[in-house]
Amino acid sequence: MSTIAATQPLPETRSSPGFRFAMLLPGGLVTFLLILFALGLVFFLAFRGNDGSLLGAGFTLANFVTVATDPLYWTVTLRSLGIAGLVTLATVVTAYPVAYYLAFHAGRQRGLLLFLLTLPFWTSYLLRVFAWKIVLAYNGVLNSALIESGIWSEPTLAFLNTPAAVVVTLAHAYAPFAILPIYVALDTIPKSLLEAASDLGAKPFTSFRRIVLPNSMPGVLAAALVVFVPTVGDYVTPALVGGPASTMIGTLIQAEFGKANDWPFGAALAVAVMLVILAVVLVVRFADRRYGSRT
Amino acid sequence: MNTARIDARQGGGWLGAYVLAYLVFLYLPILLIPLFSFNNSIQAAFPLQGFTLEWYGTLVGNSALSGALANSLVIGTIAATGATLCGITVSYMDLYGRSPLAATISAIARLPILIPGVIVGISLLILVNLAGFGPSRIAIVLGHILVALPTTVVVMRSRFAAIPTTIREAALDLGASDWTTFRRVMLPLSLPATISAFMLAFLTSFDEFIVAFFLAGTEPTLPLYIWSQLRFPKSLPTVMALGTAILAVSFLIAALAEILRHRGLAATRRPAPASLSKPEETERGELQWHST
Repeated sequence: MSTIAATQPLPETRSSPGFRFAMLLPGGLVTFLLILFALGLVFFLAFRGNDGSLLGAGFTLANFVTVATDPLYWTVTLRSLGIAGLVTLATVVTAYPVAYYLAFHAGRQRGLLLFLLTLPFWTSYLLRVFAWKIVLAYNGVLNSALIESGIWSEPTLAFLNTPAAVVVTLAHAYAPFAILPIYVALDTIPKSLLEAASDLGAKPFTSFRRIVLPNSMPGVLAAALVVFVPTVGDYVTPALVGGPASTMIGTLIQAEFGKANDWPFGAALAVAVMLVILAVVLVVRFADRRYGSRT
Repeated sequence: MNTARIDARQGGGWLGAYVLAYLVFLYLPILLIPLFSFNNSIQAAFPLQGFTLEWYGTLVGNSALSGALANSLVIGTIAATGATLCGITVSYMDLYGRSPLAATISAIARLPILIPGVIVGISLLILVNLAGFGPSRIAIVLGHILVALPTTVVVMRSRFAAIPTTIREAALDLGASDWTTFRRVMLPLSLPATISAFMLAFLTSFDEFIVAFFLAGTEPTLPLYIWSQLRFPKSLPTVMALGTAILAVSFLIAALAEILRHRGLAATRRPAPASLSKPEETERGELQWHST
């Protein structure tokens, strides 16, 4: 028996070429054509002049020069970074205790709690943003509640159409994104580490600061990344609750591909956003390596 | 160790209250939509003006709305089928294909998490114009396959990884071809996860707005229809009635998908060793992390 088994080729090496081709085809088409080639098109278009045609004309750096020199784009980019940074900070800081509870205290309710925390993520993003518009509007829920309770005598316009409204709305929309990676990082910390710390006389806060927090940093960084990326390019929330004072870079890209109809310039803005994201990813990777990622 | 456990329990009380408050923050704004959809006033403000079903009545016989709903259902079904097919093949080849190409495809397939929707939208807009068919329902389907792909890959990958490798090796040793092993052994074993991946992909497509905004031709999807109605204060109650219906259906599908996913994982958990006890959580973390 054993000699027969030994002379057999390993299962992995005898897969037929037809099978491999058929199995790699759908994923290969989608990833190479729809992701890599399509992103390549954006990159290509960013170096073209706008002559009204689909792929523009000539080779030019003018789009990038405008992006780099016009103060408008600096203002909007910095504002996008600021809003996305604040949203990331808010979601990660508020999500951490929830993830901690899930990992160490939830016990039997863990599955149910995890489900309840991720459920809102599967509902319409547009509706979640719209809900905040109801809350913050001039005749909205927050204003009417404050007047009903006698705290304020008149409704205020101060809630809606502010960058703060954008931050709150986005932080609410992306909250589930932050919880899961932190929870996974916390959950994979060996319990023996905590027991050893407590046996050696560490107070709970000390063992949290010296063991739990450093070991969960990969999860925190992953959470920061998955919240930061979609928020930095968002254009729906600024349009619905942000007002003109919170125009973000996604709004400008959308406008260039819409009303302004300057696709090459919009593509250059998109490339700039991707460069910003790439820089953030690299910083996160560097930080992650310093914390000795276990994921 | 005993003291540590007591400390943990004391901390748990405060944390439990915090988690409860967090859940309220998460759900309160969303639950306002159903609340005001039954409110007998055109304004979404307290105090409530009395119960009415009038706004639900305005949903009936609205041809623009039913057209958008039909579009969303068709697009969601096709996009979810495509994304699930890609999720199955990509993750299967990533785990068992033993080739750098399969690993690369799997890594790129999880990349859309790191691309903002607006950039996915414009890159596909350029692509579909280049391909000649331009903004259309096909274009939205392609966009939604991309948006749902990371989810289906991660769900299917965690499922395939949880099937003991001995089962597949036994099938191959007994002379089953790759096709037979895949079709008769591995696919049936991962059926609940497949359905779950399909449902989550369908939900993603059904609720997706940002990408569809760029790729829609003359036939809007349901979120695009809602967006067009948000401009008119008069139609807000109708939007809230519609939103309530969508929320209810979304919650239902998400709950079903979750039940199916757990049932599938629980089935393999029994014979598996203790080290495999929580494949779904670790794999869910990978969704966030490996894609970087």
